[in-house]
Amino acid sequence: MPGITREEVAHLARLARLELQSEELDHFAGQLDDIIGAVARVSEVADQDVPPTSHPLPLTNVMRADEVRPSLTPEQALSGAPAQEQQRFKVPQILGED
Amino acid sequence: MTDIIKLTAAETAARIASGDLTAVQVTEAHLARIEAVDEKVHAFLHVDREGALAQARAVDDKRARGEKLGLLAGVPLALKDIFTTEGIPTTVGSKILEGWIPPYDATLTKRLKAADVVILGKTNMDEFAMGSSTENSAYGPTGNPWDLTKIPGGSGGGSSAALASFQAPLAIGTDTGGSIRQPAAVTGTVGVKPTYGAVSRYGMVAFSSSLDQGGPCARTVLDAALLHEVIAGHDPLDSTSIDAPVPPVVEAARSGSVDGMRVGVVKQFRGEGYQAGVIQRFDESVELLKSLGAEIVELDCPSFDLALSAYYLIAPSECSSNLARFDGLRYGARTGDDGTRSAEEVTSLTREAGFGPEVKRRIMLGTYALSSGYYDAYYGSAQKVRTLITRDFERAFEQVDVIVSPTTPTTAFAIGERADDPMAMYLADLCTIPTNLAGNAAMSLPCGLAPEDNLPVGLQIIAPALKDDRLYKVGAAVEAAFVEKWGHPLLEEAPSL
Repeated sequence: MPGITREEVAHLARLARLELQSEELDHFAGQLDDIIGAVARVSEVADQDVPPTSHPLPLTNVMRADEVRPSLTPEQALSGAPAQEQQRFKVPQILGED
Repeated sequence: MTDIIKLTAAETAARIASGDLTAVQVTEAHLARIEAVDEKVHAFLHVDREGALAQARAVDDKRARGEKLGLLAGVPLALKDIFTTEGIPTTVGSKILEGWIPPYDATLTKRLKAADVVILGKTNMDEFAMGSSTENSAYGPTGNPWDLTKIPGGSGGGSSAALASFQAPLAIGTDTGGSIRQPAAVTGTVGVKPTYGAVSRYGMVAFSSSLDQGGPCARTVLDAALLHEVIAGHDPLDSTSIDAPVPPVVEAARSGSVDGMRVGVVKQFRGEGYQAGVIQRFDESVELLKSLGAEIVELDCPSFDLALSAYYLIAPSECSSNLARFDGLRYGARTGDDGTRSAEEVTSLTREAGFGPEVKRRIMLGTYALSSGYYDAYYGSAQKVRTLITRDFERAFEQVDVIVSPTTPTTAFAIGERADDPMAMYLADLCTIPTNLAGNAAMSLPCGLAPEDNLPVGLQIIAPALKDDRLYKVGAAVEAAFVEKWGHPLLEEAPSL
């Protein structure tokens, strides 16, 4: 069973886009370790020749005709935006200066 | 006014249709009840007083014009705050959506409105439906009307508490690992998780897409069936929606019977961690089923022992992906945008400030389970377990028509009791989770009070996929037999608030 270190938690937090506080890193390291330890039993079936099920329904792609239909107005679509400008979502800079 | 709030949904609808009561009277009675008791219970996050009265007036106008009313026209309902409602806040119990007002209705919301059901407001829930106690709500916990120091179950604790405290005769929940059935069990009410895909997920904030299922909550089996019929059915806006007729659930609830049915009892739904009083009431329920003419069949479903483990890998994995959309860029809260930070930094700060501990814990767990190197051992194996559980159910349903079990291993626990112990909290969903993994249908209904604490115990009935009507047929028979035995519905034993 892998021990989950504070550094691993910090790495996961970066992947998950969570700016965790220092005490959260310690707290989660212990808890994730406990939870993973408890649920690791699923790996008992790992070598069995069983097909995985990702979804209870057999999913098929659903297509529809490509027709213009009524949809949200720009005002409606932007109504929950934290910031907007000229009928667009205004977001912080995405590309760095360098 | 007291008698109006004690009516069932079926009775209320009939009395509105006959002109004996107006929809406005009924709505006002429930709004007055909310005003009187919800400060103590905290079932609602938002009460839409004006909107509810406007819907009620519309029903009364319809009747005055001689138009035919729907089966639930004018009946008030408490809607879990996970379904979008145009013009009314939807928070999913989270700070990250505080103050967000959706520009559109979920399909389920639309169907309720089209059926002239009166939506009273939005109910409290564990943040993003993650939890078994409603303690994870960013807006504070809900109390169990049977004992306000106990949890009302989760994640739909607000919906079930609203029913048990007579603030609404109908409510809506969502069930990812038991979030309709477990709250129903601990509040002495009825909750149904329909077959996966039976009720549209369009406009329902996604937690774990392959498990989430909206469904009816009520105080009687018939009321749940009437609501089931209103909200179920194919929706072209949801690619996972089943394109098949809704099973005849209302008819089944009206003709409840178990005579000649084969009822399975699963060995794995019993063992350590089950409260003695829960087992006692369950055993009595099995005896009752026998006395009503059912044949009891012992079943062995060995993979069920791995269900909880598989669930706590699959659900967090899907949630870590689904919740990526809460990035502080297009809707909801935004934190730390001071002009110097990048979008990525703002997203990380927004999510840190906006999500509570349980949501963060599951996002981290999912990110771990899906990460390279661990994917096969955890997520991949969990998906194999899912196959084995589905096969166990298939074998079981070759031998029986329905399966019964306790809904939860214990009655309602104290608020705060399991808050710092995630694994102890997760055990609340031990009996409900296999059904979500396999996608079949299940119901919880009250089967008495546990002798040691006088708190409600739930009986779970499980049916094969698309056979939701069997839940109602068996549930109605059991309910009628219990009410006759007790001399009244169980909720009449709840303390007055």
